[in-house]
Amino acid sequence: MATLYEGYTLCGVGPVQNSSNIGILGVEQGRDIDYVLVTDSSRSITVYKVSDQKPTGSWSVKQGQIISCPAVFNTQSQEYVVVTDDRVVRVWKEDDVNLEKAFKATVSADVLRVLSATDSEPVVLFCCGAVRFLDSLLASPQQPIEDVLTEDEIIRWSTIVKAEHQLVVLFSTEQRGEHCLYVQRFNPNTLVKHRIETEPGLSAPISFSATCRGSNIHLLYLYLNGSVYESVLPFRSSSTGAEGVQALSCSLCLSLPLGEEKLMSGAAVVLDEAHVAVIGFPHPSAGACKDYLCIWNTHFQTLQASKEMAGRIYSQLWCYSGKLYVPHGKMLSVIPFDCQKSSLAAAMGKLKQTSRSGKDFSVEIWNICPNVKSALTVDQLVEHIKTSAVEDVQAEVGEFIRRAPQADLQLAAGRVALELVSRSQTDANFYPQCAFLQLLETRYLCYSVCPELLSLAMVKKDFHLCQIAFQIFSDIPEAVTCACLKAILSTPDLEMETVNLDTDSVIFMKELTQAHSRSDEEGGQLNGFCPPALESDVSDTPSNKLQRDPLSLDMSCPVGLHKGALLNEVLQTAYSDRSLLPHLKDLTVPQVIVFLQYLRFLYFKYSHDAHKQIRALRTPSISQIIDWVCLLLDAHFTVLAVAPEAKRLVFDLHKFVRSQVKLYAELGKIEGSLQVLKNSKQSEDFGMYAIQVIELF
Amino acid sequence: MGEFKVHRVRFFDYMPSGIRALAFNRDIERIAVARMDGSVEVFHCSDRFFQEKIIPGREQCGIEGLSWVGERLFSAGLNGGITEYDLTNQKVKYTVDAYGGPIWTIAGNQQGTHLAVGCEDGTVKLFEVNEDKIQFERNLDRQKSRIISLSWHPSGSKIAAGMMDMIQIFNVETGHSVHRLLADRGVGTSRSKECVVWSVVYLSDGTIISGDSVGMVKLWDDQTGTLIKSHNVTKCDVITSYLIVPLEWQNEDSLVAGTSEGTVVQFQFISMVLGKDDKEWVRTRTFKNHTHDIRAVAEITTAVVSGGMDAQLVVRPLLDKVEVRSAASALRKIHFPHRRLVSCARKSGLMLFQYPGHLELWRLGESEGKGSSLFVKRNPEKLLHLKVKGEDHIRCSAVSPCGEWIVYSTASSLRLYRLHCDNNNVSITKISKLPMVLSSANQLCFSSDSSHLFSASTQSSVHLVSLSQSGCKFVGTLKPKSGSHQAIHLLAASEDGKWLASANSDHEVHIYNLQTRKAHCTVPVYSSAVTAMGIHPTTNCLFMMYADQQMCEYSIEQKQYTDWSRMVQRKGLHRFWMERDTPCLNVMFNPQHPSHVILHDTYMLCIIDQSLPLPDDKTQFYNQLTLKSLPEEQRKSHSHAFKVCKTFKDILCVELMSDQSLVVVERPLEDVASQLPAPIKQKKFAT
Repeated sequence: MATLYEGYTLCGVGPVQNSSNIGILGVEQGRDIDYVLVTDSSRSITVYKVSDQKPTGSWSVKQGQIISCPAVFNTQSQEYVVVTDDRVVRVWKEDDVNLEKAFKATVSADVLRVLSATDSEPVVLFCCGAVRFLDSLLASPQQPIEDVLTEDEIIRWSTIVKAEHQLVVLFSTEQRGEHCLYVQRFNPNTLVKHRIETEPGLSAPISFSATCRGSNIHLLYLYLNGSVYESVLPFRSSSTGAEGVQALSCSLCLSLPLGEEKLMSGAAVVLDEAHVAVIGFPHPSAGACKDYLCIWNTHFQTLQASKEMAGRIYSQLWCYSGKLYVPHGKMLSVIPFDCQKSSLAAAMGKLKQTSRSGKDFSVEIWNICPNVKSALTVDQLVEHIKTSAVEDVQAEVGEFIRRAPQADLQLAAGRVALELVSRSQTDANFYPQCAFLQLLETRYLCYSVCPELLSLAMVKKDFHLCQIAFQIFSDIPEAVTCACLKAILSTPDLEMETVNLDTDSVIFMKELTQAHSRSDEEGGQLNGFCPPALESDVSDTPSNKLQRDPLSLDMSCPVGLHKGALLNEVLQTAYSDRSLLPHLKDLTVPQVIVFLQYLRFLYFKYSHDAHKQIRALRTPSISQIIDWVCLLLDAHFTVLAVAPEAKRLVFDLHKFVRSQVKLYAELGKIEGSLQVLKNSKQSEDFGMYAIQVIELF
Repeated sequence: MGEFKVHRVRFFDYMPSGIRALAFNRDIERIAVARMDGSVEVFHCSDRFFQEKIIPGREQCGIEGLSWVGERLFSAGLNGGITEYDLTNQKVKYTVDAYGGPIWTIAGNQQGTHLAVGCEDGTVKLFEVNEDKIQFERNLDRQKSRIISLSWHPSGSKIAAGMMDMIQIFNVETGHSVHRLLADRGVGTSRSKECVVWSVVYLSDGTIISGDSVGMVKLWDDQTGTLIKSHNVTKCDVITSYLIVPLEWQNEDSLVAGTSEGTVVQFQFISMVLGKDDKEWVRTRTFKNHTHDIRAVAEITTAVVSGGMDAQLVVRPLLDKVEVRSAASALRKIHFPHRRLVSCARKSGLMLFQYPGHLELWRLGESEGKGSSLFVKRNPEKLLHLKVKGEDHIRCSAVSPCGEWIVYSTASSLRLYRLHCDNNNVSITKISKLPMVLSSANQLCFSSDSSHLFSASTQSSVHLVSLSQSGCKFVGTLKPKSGSHQAIHLLAASEDGKWLASANSDHEVHIYNLQTRKAHCTVPVYSSAVTAMGIHPTTNCLFMMYADQQMCEYSIEQKQYTDWSRMVQRKGLHRFWMERDTPCLNVMFNPQHPSHVILHDTYMLCIIDQSLPLPDDKTQFYNQLTLKSLPEEQRKSHSHAFKVCKTFKDILCVELMSDQSLVVVERPLEDVASQLPAPIKQKKFAT
């Protein structure tokens, strides 16, 4: 199941000036995964640190000059490269302030793009189809450039793919309605031309995306009619001497549903072997509005996740290191996503979702690059934590957890968590929630290993982390439990509902509150239980006379779903009465009343067997609920006796408990009778004489 | 395997009598037990505490002390007489009056030459032990109060005597008191009560140890007459003067005291510092195995034996003295006599219960219906209550298989009755003019066709009497060819009337041919006593159970052990079988299943199927539940020869009637406990 997370805006998109109707020329990978290079169509190139949503550098060209291709970062020389006015190649470093003073060279032919892959020399693709390495081009800028393409053949799209230290440049061309794919391999330099053959009647492919898997390049291309085709190219050319145009075999791997409106543009990008992100195509169930970003599963043809994009869509989509970059309206949004291993059950939504929100997803194209930061030791990681940015830290921790052997992880998890917590406590901006969640999920943490974590989460109001910690830690001291309880009770429901919580617990709460309405509709209690004591009590309280069933009114949940889910976690923690009691006294009167109301709600629900129908992994047991009621009554006896707002609550509770006591007293009688029956069967006491039959075997 | 209809009988109100005195003879490893009813029993300490000899008591004969002199056993009691027992024939040999009023204590010196008794009139009387009698020698200085306890100095020159409030030390030579040691009374309300020195022990180093009614064990020095040390073994907050502390010492390094609370306290003479010779008497261990007050304790080689008002003899092993832990060294509680008190008329459904002073004859009930617990159509019926003439208690009794004859014997007389049952009218006639030989019997047995009565008599002989409508007629006497003259305690007649087997307390089993009235053969003597035996109805093999839980099957006709018996000896019996701590008391055969032998002890009923393989130590011994859970066809592969039924507890007797039903006579210990007098002092909570 793929997930699209809450996105955020990286930068605004300037007013469209040029004819191409495109605000952003391109988004390219910066010096590491947290940096991107945004080239807008006006005159500026900006480097952003994605996790901070902050620009770290910006350069612009002089008025009159035009940036003709997206800037790229040369990871080998740590330099930026851009082409202005089609023929001027400019190269500069991070600390160069003025682009004008940077190195520039004028080449002899129009440059289409500069393509750069990690740890390799950038490649310059000329409009005529010729390809040069940047360094060789800059060595003699005025070298003649041969024409590869015919005169009216125009390059529509180009990319570079790197695997096994081998670079491949792909570009597609259009010539009088005929589409070709050129595959340029290096060392030895070969250029193979493929003709893209599709069913007749199809117009031009509007979007291409290429990834490298195994020893093949997978090329995905999208047509306006919603068809997504896939072609597989061998990475190394099998037949070096092959002449002429080869037909490119392709297969339909996805048919996107089309709306009523005629589509003009769209874009697709491959996320992993089974998922593809598509923008510009309508959501199958959202009607005419086409401004949706969707993730489709190509294996099962299912829509996995979608997100509405406000504003105009530019049919541009980039994907770097688990984040999608979508220009829409007047902004460029960054949307993190997560694609999990797909199974049919997951694709159909039947598999129980385990919360793995912090998992660092890696697109194939990044996986094939040797990861520099993979083999961190604990000490290195701890050092990094002290200084690095949140995003880096989260990625590193995730990587560390994935790679470290279990035994080492057990020792390291606590240390890493401690370091993260201590940094978070000193640095207000630093709070790597994902890293904490990942560490918790290893289950090597417990409260005593990292006592500050829970209080930190409380301070940060990170109730999701609190919830996971409550589920995983078995040694939370009573004082902390109470502090958390207090924090949960004092947080307004509105604020609480926005918190991302473990779905299972929320579903349980949802079911619990719904079970109430359902049983109401059925017009009676499910097990036919009718407390006899209530009838007699009605006469004591005239206000109750109007209500046929005084209990049914109080069956509404006094707290929100999310708060309820969190309270359930508190109820399920281990504690000892004596230590809990003094801390429980710290609750304020409204908190006590709300909590007691909630406990009463649960108790009523449970007594009506509503919970039995709900399948959830973690639910508070009836005895836990009763224990907490007892504790709460013990701790705030006087408060509940005096507070006027508690009167009604206590009265109701008492009435119900009394009816239950009467019921159980009756059950006790039955049990006694049954016991006697059982005993009389087993009784050995036959008096002075009996005639029995024994059997020996 | 099979079903049995079982008559569970719990209306035999047998009450064991409280234990009053114990005496241990280290040379022959026997412990003598005197009970409240005047009976004396001898247990064999190294043969699983088998009750070898029972000398029935008499009315009004309260034994207060027992003493071994060599292998001779003497007792003295409140009737003022000193009694010597004939252990060979298990009866009183003679009684000599000491003429000093009730006797409270008796003690023999280690040299075996003299007996001293302490009398109510305040005299210590010395008797010389002669070859066949005892002879009054003289009195020591007469004291003002009664003599409660006595102890000889091992040299035989001094005697310590415990009295009221004091201990006197006498010089035996002169008969004068050497020292007077004053025992303190209790504090508070008990101050007005006399302190009774219930027990004294005179050690060779001159230390005198006393146990008194205040609950103190005190150590005295006989040279200076001073108190060295005192131990409070029981709380003295009770005003009663029954705080009894009997003492018994063994090796002069260990001493046990019993208290009225039912605890036994051990003191040991050990050095306080390891490796130093500086020894002291230190209270070391406390055992609590009794519910009532302890009246007698004895320390034997490896165990502490105690007995009291709750009538059970408790053998508590001292594990530091046990070399190999085994079944023989386990805690043992002896509740019931190792003799059968019930005899059944197999063919007529009658049971004869033997009480000390009377006999009861009951008819079994009848049932109808099916199931595991049957409806009792007719309740059991008490037909007869037969009181014994004279003061002697019953030694043995029997009812004939047909139910027509009842016989019992006391130490002095034997009575034979004929029973007439016409519908509901029951009458008996005493057979007069019994042959002279039938004056008394050690064991009685009828032949299976009820035509003959076998009476075990002195010299290990058996008298044979034929019974008829007109009366009885002496037929002859069966005598063993050779061997000991110990009393016979078991008799077994064969179904075909051809053979009779007798077992005596010297472990000899003689087999007689009843047709020729001659001794046929003798089963090889085994080291353990025979506790039960029976002759197989079809094969005429004698099946014997021994006190050490071994079993033997001896073919009478071939005069040798059977192959099965040899196989049992070769393979050995299962560990669990050997660890049982009560002897088997009856051997029965089921005519319908010739391979089955039915046995029972106090806690179980067992059927041995001789056709099945024997269990080895790895097989599950108590497998009845397992077999029950298995399907029919698999049972065969899991079953072994021993089919143990533990449904019943506290079994006094099991008998197989001729209608294939079993009679199980139980005497639940709870019932016994509920009929005991209230304990003097019972520990309640933290008191």
